[in-house]
Amino acid sequence: MAMPFYVAPEQVMKDRADYARKGIARGRSLAALIYADGVLICAENTSSTLRKVSEIYDRIAFAGVGKYNEFDQLRIAGVRAADLKGYTFSREDVDARSLANQYAQILGQVFTHEMKPMEVEILVAEVGVDGAPDQLFHILYDGTVVDEADFTVLGGEAETIAERLQGAWQAGMARDDALRAAVSALAGPDRTLTSAELEVAVLDRGNGRRAFRRLTDAEIDAALGAPAGAGGASGDG
Amino acid sequence: MAFPFFTPGDDPGPSFAELLRRTGAAPPDPAGGSRPTTHAHGTSPLPLTHGTTVVAVRYADGVVMAGDRRATSGHLIAHRTMEKVFPADAHSGVAIAGAAGPAVEMVRLFQLQLEHYEKVEGTALSLEGKANQLSQMMRSHLPAALQGFVVIPLFAGYDLRRGQGRLFQYDVTGGRYEEQNFATTGSGSLHAGTVIKLGWRADLSRDDAIDLLIKALFQAADEDSATGGPDLVRGIYPTMATITERGFEHLEESEVAARFRALVDDLSTPESPTAHGATPTMGLGPHGEG
Repeated sequence: MAMPFYVAPEQVMKDRADYARKGIARGRSLAALIYADGVLICAENTSSTLRKVSEIYDRIAFAGVGKYNEFDQLRIAGVRAADLKGYTFSREDVDARSLANQYAQILGQVFTHEMKPMEVEILVAEVGVDGAPDQLFHILYDGTVVDEADFTVLGGEAETIAERLQGAWQAGMARDDALRAAVSALAGPDRTLTSAELEVAVLDRGNGRRAFRRLTDAEIDAALGAPAGAGGASGDG
Repeated sequence: MAFPFFTPGDDPGPSFAELLRRTGAAPPDPAGGSRPTTHAHGTSPLPLTHGTTVVAVRYADGVVMAGDRRATSGHLIAHRTMEKVFPADAHSGVAIAGAAGPAVEMVRLFQLQLEHYEKVEGTALSLEGKANQLSQMMRSHLPAALQGFVVIPLFAGYDLRRGQGRLFQYDVTGGRYEEQNFATTGSGSLHAGTVIKLGWRADLSRDDAIDLLIKALFQAADEDSATGGPDLVRGIYPTMATITERGFEHLEESEVAARFRALVDDLSTPESPTAHGATPTMGLGPHGEG
């Protein structure tokens, strides 16, 4: 009878974390910023149908990076949890904090008990109304929850992008300024990103009950100062 | 409340009703699974609150919906400011008549179902799909309807694919009937429907369509005790909404009030001819004694 090899728990956790981080680093990054009217989420995403940023509830948005099928499964679970809670109690009782905790439970559980950790990093954002503050909850592959102020970056190059964003972010920025800051931080010094490669959505306090809204390519172009219709035409590669 | 996480083979999909069943959060049937009672005219033996007349008409840009504000319980007025016209989602609306409790609950579930589908799938249902959803909800409500908790909705929306407004009427079994010109339901629907039928023309303007519905509701309230007319004393007027390419929009109460006042002014006679001749003479008044 063969004895299983002893592997130290530290090693097991480290291997899993490395595996998850590697998976996450393969995809493109995403930035979320608090601006004057709410929260802006800007993702680098060439697909216009497979979304990284989506609506969860009236004031709550979800964003994910890493393996698409895994964060999409989490997104749908979030929509379900929020709709069930709003139906059972009231729409006002659905909040990002409790949702972020539930996500953390699931990710933590999967990280320690399953064969393979989830290769995702997710964001749960809530726009505050009637003077309540906006909230950004950044949840890592192992269930760690970070409550971020001002802005946050998800993905493989998060630290470099966050450093660039640190210099550009200001309290009470206008939407288009926030978008420009996010795009230049995601692109870095050597690249330019056009609307075709971006997915941008806002949680806007002034948008009625459902605060979530996607920005159209035309709106992104206008904010980035690109000539209309020239979005992808200038880069012929 | 457990986090609703399902394995791929066990996934409830974009249906909120199915999700409620899976998680055990579905409310019990209003009929409570009790034996069907053969009560006269299918009325419930319990005092129920009823919502009454709702109407909808197609016009050039889409659909106008309207509903009176009265809820009755037997012969009593239970509520004077009930809402019976609701947005179902951005481009459709639903109006209800019948047992108020189950009706409002049905609307709430219907709204949630459409929003849930839109969020899970990332795109909204087609208008046809929304109408069918309501049909299925009516079908599952049938056992309760048989015990007297009858709910009859109207569904209207702007079909973005066809570029026109559309109207749907239902029956208790979930039967779905698309109407071309107008639809009415509730206790005053017979009178309201007649008024609309006589005044309807193809491609009505927004103003004419709204005035036609106002006239219809006024006449329904005049003939049917369960339908509330404009309440000039308390300033309560029917709820109205248009559904066009721009989406569902409630009419400002001031606009509805102004149009009702115009109608009332138009219909009023200075003094009722019967008032003079038929004044009851109840003996001597306080002045007669002197």
